[in-house]
Amino acid sequence: MLRVLTLLLLCQLAGEIAARAAGLPLPGPVIGMVLMFGWLAYQGGVDADTGKVAGALLEHLSLLFVPAGVGVVLHLDVIAAEWPAILAALFVSTFAAILAAAATMRWLAPSDGDSAK
Amino acid sequence: MSDSLFRAWVYLAATPLVGLTATLLAYQFGYAVFLRANRNPLANPVLIAIVLLAAVLGVSGTSYERYFEGAQFVHFLLGPATVALAVPLYRNFQTIRRTAFAVCAAILVGSLVAIVTAIGTAWLLGASRQTLLSLAPKSVTTPVAMGISEQIGGLPSLTAALVILTGIIGATFATLLLNAAGIKDWRARGLSVGIAAHGIGTARAFRSTKSQAPLQAWAWA
Repeated sequence: MLRVLTLLLLCQLAGEIAARAAGLPLPGPVIGMVLMFGWLAYQGGVDADTGKVAGALLEHLSLLFVPAGVGVVLHLDVIAAEWPAILAALFVSTFAAILAAAATMRWLAPSDGDSAK
Repeated sequence: MSDSLFRAWVYLAATPLVGLTATLLAYQFGYAVFLRANRNPLANPVLIAIVLLAAVLGVSGTSYERYFEGAQFVHFLLGPATVALAVPLYRNFQTIRRTAFAVCAAILVGSLVAIVTAIGTAWLLGASRQTLLSLAPKSVTTPVAMGISEQIGGLPSLTAALVILTGIIGATFATLLLNAAGIKDWRARGLSVGIAAHGIGTARAFRSTKSQAPLQAWAWA
């Protein structure tokens, strides 16, 4: 477990350094994800330990968004003044984006046998 | 207030313990409500936790900075968790490789539609320039969105909040919306939610269909 946690942090650290050093407009953890992917490909598979630790971290992924979400309290004045426009924009754009992406995917993706999930 | 209680308060106010514990309690409360509501997407555990914590901060007169001193330990795990998405991504690599072109096209179309419709709607309804600029980058992941927002003159932390709200809306309504539109292909469903709603949608899909997640991870990245 310790080995996997260290590996995840090393990937993230390398990602952060790469992003800053090269001025990439990508967050470090996303570059870290690519590095981790490369490591798994090099290993040729996901060992049990890695699967267990990743599963534990991802099982509660939505908990990890709570602290940033509470940040809305910093902008209650802006939200109070413009909430109808903000709310409408959020709903319209989220719905439009989901439908547009799903339609594009369905149009272009080769048909797949197990779509009955 | 008695002397010993006062001393306990001084201690608690100075440590990150309270913010951290409160975050975990609020989320578990939200999750319990979610389960009791038969996993109704409207009872989103993240939304419940955020409203609850915001109310507690308001009532107790605690600043967000003070709260974040504790909550940062949870926030920090977002980084390693993002890296860990490589695992489900790798496991389902074959599917993604076969549909790589469609995935890229869908990401591009979905992101463009999200930006244009968000700014267009808010502009029509008379939102301020600062709000428009804070809305613009909300279809990319939170840290990137905050960086872009700052560069173009928006409010980074407002953008962060909007990204979260987008995620909650996506996670709450995606299932209803996609069912209504008659889209059954699980790849189209997973990817589209990932593009529009980022991590929260992804986190929710993790609980419903494991195999949707890698596509969302791609979109999220």
